[in-house]
Amino acid sequence: MEINRFNSHIIPIRFDYHAPKSLEEAVRLLEEYGEEAQILAGGTDLIPKIKQRILEPKHVINLKVIPELACIKETSDGFKIGALTKLRTIELSPLINEKLPVLGEAARVIGSVQIRNRGTIGGNLCNASPCADMATALMVLDAIARVDSVEGTREVPIGKFFDGRGQTIVVPNEVLHELTVPHLPEGTGSAFVKVGWTTFDIATVNVAVTLKLDDEKVADCRIALGACSPAPFRVRRSEEALKGKKLTDEALEEAAQIVSEHIEPRERWRRAPPEYRRKTSKGLALEALTEAAGGARRLTK
Amino acid sequence: MNIEVTVNGQRRRFDVEPNTLLLNLLRDGLYLKGAKYGCGIGECGACTVHMDGEAVLSCMILAVEADGRRVDTIEGLADGDELDPIQEAFIEEGAIQCGFCTPGFIMTARALLNENPDPSEVEIREYLKGNMCRCTGYVNIVRAVQAAARKLRK
Repeated sequence: MEINRFNSHIIPIRFDYHAPKSLEEAVRLLEEYGEEAQILAGGTDLIPKIKQRILEPKHVINLKVIPELACIKETSDGFKIGALTKLRTIELSPLINEKLPVLGEAARVIGSVQIRNRGTIGGNLCNASPCADMATALMVLDAIARVDSVEGTREVPIGKFFDGRGQTIVVPNEVLHELTVPHLPEGTGSAFVKVGWTTFDIATVNVAVTLKLDDEKVADCRIALGACSPAPFRVRRSEEALKGKKLTDEALEEAAQIVSEHIEPRERWRRAPPEYRRKTSKGLALEALTEAAGGARRLTK
Repeated sequence: MNIEVTVNGQRRRFDVEPNTLLLNLLRDGLYLKGAKYGCGIGECGACTVHMDGEAVLSCMILAVEADGRRVDTIEGLADGDELDPIQEAFIEEGAIQCGFCTPGFIMTARALLNENPDPSEVEIREYLKGNMCRCTGYVNIVRAVQAAARKLRK
């Protein structure tokens, strides 16, 4: 770890600290300090980055004291999850585990309990890592990100949230407010699988799948991968290849093969060489598809 | 910045710089040396304390974030000379060698047993996976948590 070149026992820079009590106050602060500010959510990514001087903000804006940003609600057309909702809250939420189990599973495999007690869903996304487990899960859920600024609100589908160069579309005067997730159709099976160096490491490859069956035929299928391309992405080719087909081992195998052909792993070694990701993405996609299909079968019986 | 934190049951006021880490406030400001600096990036768990009852990593939290909150450290666990059942179990089961990781392990184990008084071995290992021990291995630690859970249930 490169961190050892630095003294990680202190924060080597000075900054002003702000703890706005409302979203209005937060966006006003962002309007004023924008470029020079960093938003503090859980801090599990931001603090190590500041320690390593990867980021040197002059202002740190802590959003954790704004209660409206941390909530999980079911509405008539789906779910609203506040950006500051802790990963641990998502993992333990009966509502999430019943209605959006793929999101609960993805939260459960992030870091350790201590990390999940601090880390937030919004932070996981805004850190813009291609390995973000929340992002991969939200991709198959067709989530929409609501981003606020003093100018107002805009809604961005999660598929357009990452720009593919390690950045999100959130500009310096904006803040991710909440995620809206539509209901999953009845009888949808899902799975989230991940592999990393250790069980609490960041993903080397992660896969999320939802699958709905209609009389043993695939009625709908969504497949997303993380850590295999510049940003997490949906593998539409593979989804299309499965739709309408009978659910056989060959069909699943073919879909998994397409997945591995469509990833764009970085050439530079990062946790694993590109060949590893090609093989692993196929294996994990097959595992996730099989698990989701099993779930869908149980639910439609 | 002026903050007010309840540390091990005592309400205290501090004047801290925004870039002070909670761990530094505890260790250097209050001389509570139980929580340790390990990796500084959230991988070892040696700095684990409780904030509002939840196990968190104090080397990745700003002291100002603890304003108005309750922080509990290993020093607050024993009741006078009476050790916490988890502390006793760690001694009895030989779950300590050099002791550097122990405060973190015990605080995480405490959070686990508060949530789940009867965890299985798998659940214990899963909950403690963010804490690293480089000398004893984990067998005795898991055994100690199981023994403590039995004691606490009685």
